[in-house]
Amino acid sequence: MQCPKCRAPMHSYNRNGVQIEQCSGCRGIFLDYGELESLTRLEAQWAQPAPPAPPAAPQAYPAAPPPPAWGAPHGGHHGHRRHKSFGHMLFSS
Amino acid sequence: MTADALLPDLTARVRGVAHARTPACPCGATGTLADRPDGTVVRHADTVAKAHAPDADPVELARRLTVAARLPDVFLPPLGPGPVGLHGRLVTFWPYGTPVDPEDPDTAPWEAAAALLALLHRTPAPVPLSAMRGPAKAARAVTRLRALGSAPAAVPVLRAWAALPPWARAEAPMPDRTTLCHGDLHLGQLVRLPGGSWRLIDVDDLGVGVPAWDLARPAAWYACGLLPGEEWGRFLDAYRAAGGPAVPGDGDPWAVLDVPARALTVQTAARMIAKATADGRSPDEVEQSVIDACARMAALPPRSTHTSTD
Repeated sequence: MQCPKCRAPMHSYNRNGVQIEQCSGCRGIFLDYGELESLTRLEAQWAQPAPPAPPAAPQAYPAAPPPPAWGAPHGGHHGHRRHKSFGHMLFSS
Repeated sequence: MTADALLPDLTARVRGVAHARTPACPCGATGTLADRPDGTVVRHADTVAKAHAPDADPVELARRLTVAARLPDVFLPPLGPGPVGLHGRLVTFWPYGTPVDPEDPDTAPWEAAAALLALLHRTPAPVPLSAMRGPAKAARAVTRLRALGSAPAAVPVLRAWAALPPWARAEAPMPDRTTLCHGDLHLGQLVRLPGGSWRLIDVDDLGVGVPAWDLARPAAWYACGLLPGEEWGRFLDAYRAAGGPAVPGDGDPWAVLDVPARALTVQTAARMIAKATADGRSPDEVEQSVIDACARMAALPPRSTHTSTD
């Protein structure tokens, strides 16, 4: 599916059982009929004490093929998102 | 005719081109986007000028510009005439595109990047091109690391480099000599057009070669435990969905990614050690995870299953 605004591909995400489409280009989000109401309902439940546990959201993406044997043990440790060196690495040769 | 004169004169040139494009130029956003030995980039409103590396070959650069001009769905197309000379440097002009926010890598357009690479890799080279320069740049980073002398962190990195096949060290022709490759893909090489779609920039390493090299930097970040599998998976899935030829359509992609991902891990580690040494400090935790990955490579020889008819 293509974004009606910028034509970039749209990707589906499942958030608490509600399917939303987000554009990979302009990051715009599209909701089908009734989805805004579903999200509003979920938000209201969130604010209430002790709601019944929602069913586990299915994985939005299949797991990536495992890294090579020389890769980081235990699937790595991703606490680096705001680390200066991590950001520099993503944006340089 | 000194390096000191380049930046002000480049700034004057980009202003001139911007005002020729837009006589009522608001002159709002101007400034230096990059100033490194291998390239100086300045912006004036919607126009950008790049002074290429001092050793840039004019014939090669002209061919690479032709590729960008002929593939406007993949590359930001250059403006106006071919390269012009300025203080012994070749200068090219480009429209301005909005880069990925370095403060917010979570907004990285993984799917768009993958689709652009798949399209590039599927397109026959419109003009004859030399080899893409990925392996040569890795070799240059290793040469600089060796020149540092006795950094202890360099030992496992140089060992991992020595175990790579000659083509990945730029010591032999690549097994693929026809596929168009970007040669230096990272998140700084993507810009958004006013309409919202993304394009690749920087043709300096563009050429023909092993297309898995263009996927291997995100692959290496994932292997080093730095990029979450979810983001790597989005990138890989989108590349496959767009018919990219660098990896098999399903199954294990590492048979072809292993060697380039090792080479780019070594290149990254070499640059990181050089930077830490220049700063007079030890590698930090992110840098150490890349060096550690090189150390683990020593015990595991590279997989040499790159499909080739050679």
